[in-house]
Amino acid sequence: MQAETALGRTMLWFVLFLVSIVVVATAADGGFAAHAVIVALVCFVLMWMSASRYDPAGKLNSFFKMPDTPSKYDDDPIRWGVLATMFWGIAGLAAGLFIALQLAFPQLNFEPYFNFGRVRPLHTSAVIFAFGGNALIATSFYVVQRTCRAQLAFPGLARFVFWGYQLFIVLAATGYLLGVTQSREYAEPEWYVDLWLTIVWVAYFIVFVGTIVRRREPHIYVANWFYLAFIVTVAMLHIVNNLAMPVSLLGAKSYSAFAGVQDALTQWWYGHNAVGFFLTAGFLAMMYYFVPKQAERPVYSYRLSIIHFWSLIFLYIWAGPHHLHYTALPDWAQTLGMVFSIMLWMPSWGGMINGLMTLNGAWDKIRTDPIIRMMVMALAFYGMSTFEGPMLSIKSVNSLSHYTDWTIGHVHSGALGWNGMITFACVYFLVPRLWGRERMYSLRMINWHFWLATLGIVFYAATMWVAGIQQGLMWREYGPDGYLVWSFADSVAAMFPMYVLRAFGGLLYLSGAFVMTYNIWMTLAGKLRDEAPMRDAAYDAEKDRPIVDTPTSAVPAE
Amino acid sequence: MANKRIDQPTGTETVGHEWDGIEELNTPLPRWWLWTFYLTIIFAIGYVIAYPAWPMIDRATSGMLGWSSRGALAQEMTAADRAQQSFREQLAAIDVVKLRDNPELMQRAVAGGAAAFKVNCSQCHGSGAAGSQTLGYPNLNDDDWLWGGDLAAIHYSIDRGIRQPDDNEKRQSVMPAFDGAFDSAQLDAVTQHVLSLSGNADPSAAGAQIYADNCAACHGPAGQGDRVQGAPRLNDQIWLRGGTAADIKRQILNPKMGAMPAWGERLDPVTVKMLTAYVYSLGGGEEAQAEISDSAETQPEAEAGNDGQP
Repeated sequence: MQAETALGRTMLWFVLFLVSIVVVATAADGGFAAHAVIVALVCFVLMWMSASRYDPAGKLNSFFKMPDTPSKYDDDPIRWGVLATMFWGIAGLAAGLFIALQLAFPQLNFEPYFNFGRVRPLHTSAVIFAFGGNALIATSFYVVQRTCRAQLAFPGLARFVFWGYQLFIVLAATGYLLGVTQSREYAEPEWYVDLWLTIVWVAYFIVFVGTIVRRREPHIYVANWFYLAFIVTVAMLHIVNNLAMPVSLLGAKSYSAFAGVQDALTQWWYGHNAVGFFLTAGFLAMMYYFVPKQAERPVYSYRLSIIHFWSLIFLYIWAGPHHLHYTALPDWAQTLGMVFSIMLWMPSWGGMINGLMTLNGAWDKIRTDPIIRMMVMALAFYGMSTFEGPMLSIKSVNSLSHYTDWTIGHVHSGALGWNGMITFACVYFLVPRLWGRERMYSLRMINWHFWLATLGIVFYAATMWVAGIQQGLMWREYGPDGYLVWSFADSVAAMFPMYVLRAFGGLLYLSGAFVMTYNIWMTLAGKLRDEAPMRDAAYDAEKDRPIVDTPTSAVPAE
Repeated sequence: MANKRIDQPTGTETVGHEWDGIEELNTPLPRWWLWTFYLTIIFAIGYVIAYPAWPMIDRATSGMLGWSSRGALAQEMTAADRAQQSFREQLAAIDVVKLRDNPELMQRAVAGGAAAFKVNCSQCHGSGAAGSQTLGYPNLNDDDWLWGGDLAAIHYSIDRGIRQPDDNEKRQSVMPAFDGAFDSAQLDAVTQHVLSLSGNADPSAAGAQIYADNCAACHGPAGQGDRVQGAPRLNDQIWLRGGTAADIKRQILNPKMGAMPAWGERLDPVTVKMLTAYVYSLGGGEEAQAEISDSAETQPEAEAGNDGQP
């Protein structure tokens, strides 16, 4: 029986492998062929692993580490996810530093694979979707099990989500360098990679909702509302924005279903809500679980969490047109984009208030607990960039800031400050628990990481504010006779010192991530640094279990 | 079933649920938060009444203020145009060669030309008009002119372009490629002679002969160049495409010749005049040809006097 299924699976992978090889041979362009090679390699590895299932040891099962008992949480995909988060984080930050240096020193553009145009989407996708996406998938699997007191539903599908998502990342990243792109910001992968991601995402939705359905708690915790909003909305955004017609089923190129200003609006409806639902709702979900856990305090306000959740979800989806102020987009759409962005200010701040005020009664932990310090800084940057966002959406402000580096500074104070810092804090929380260690190798090194990252963001954001405002003012400066004072090239030349300082800020931030990698490495190696103690949240491994019905279970349900 | 209790540090009641040890307080919404939220909603309502906002069947509501982005742009452009109107009329009326007689008009023309230069010319000539030896775009800051440096000549070059179809056959000229015409010793010799014209190499008798047979017709016996044909002057230290022996050889074997669009076809006549004034003002602007001491004796310069207004 086992041998038969193994044989069947081997045959299936073999057929898919052959199909990929045929595609390699007949592909219309090099990029598509290269991607087919990657798919063929994956099929080959899976075929080989299926074949080795004849081995009584069952290598496939041990490789994918299927859960063996219902009385433990299914944490292996989470462990992989944490490692993937760190791996892609380093890759994405390094790519960011590289393109920052390219802007200061254009000689670093190595044609054709490593020019700015190709590495920039590599950087954005690596940090948002590879680093952020893995963090979201891993933490959502962790949080949904703990807050539902249930093991992950469909363990096989959960493994497919993790590995399928990594395949998506590899196809996207190699595609950018090979020049395979549909040129839609934050959605550059071509049609076939989009289809693959759709399959993976539906599987993710099924696993997450399946686990909620199996929950042993009467209510669904607020973090899970945010995760669910993130998963559902991203699916909708991804599918609509990527509607396209391939030129050939054996070629990478496709054409969008939309044209002209409709296409622009579709792209920014997607782009803005990728920020809203991927980088805001998803990460607020992380905040709602990990901040109260680390602070060991109740969430500040249940009422606020309801009101700000629904107002955030309702308002965010309309704000996209503010990316197209003073363009061919009709005035009425620009107006609505702007007023919805302004109304979004308080709903966004609701999350910050609920996070920060959860420390009521535990403010001393900012001084004593480096992970709390990181979370508080993340929430502070979240608050700052969600104030800056509505402000930049005001048309008269936007007329100065649009197309300048101010936008880049805004994005990075959000991405480095909020998404990066909260992710680091969550990973620091997770690693000792997932690998059964007493604590991180060094809590002091978390503090070093905190300061390197904070200084890096200050350099980054401050220089980009100055650069952006300077650009905006130079572009609009008229002399007394009514003529432009500066050429565009003048404003480019004026940016040089800002670009160098920005790259320095990026270097500091990347150094912090290296300190973290070392810290995690040593933790996994089972080492403890000899240092003056700092505060950390308590952990009881015996209580960290799902509720199971069988009375034979070693641990009784609480 | 709710298990409500009072949280000690804050004195607030919990909601009574608990997930993995996390409880929630039943704190009311912060008043400042709620009222700011209401205020942003009121602002939004006011704004959508004042400005174009709601899409209807065939058009959107246009707003109480009657504002539109196209209307605002047209208004600003009209105001800017009106501010410049009398100046532009004066500039349109004046003959470009007489511009120097009216210093105030000249000054404004230079300012307008500088702005137009940034938009239209800096891509090739550079934002400082220093050109590029690598790419062969002339430096406009010096007094070495390929086609003439007085107001009339500069105006003609900008208006009609360089090596563009022109009824008058002016600003044309092609240097033949000498690839295959010389053996390597001859090429060395003529290169050495070209360099010697500006004192950068010792004279070469063989080179001088080759130069006289092949080059002097356009570049002049002493390498003084010919502005009628746009043949560059070779006896100064200013080089269009580099002044090393290798640069010169490359240019002899397969000459590259610059081209410039006829800006009169793209820009209005007043802007072309302003660009003329700006380029003239960069440092190399010349008096009318007759007064040029250095090249006045050469015959082509006399003909160049016809280069005035077409």
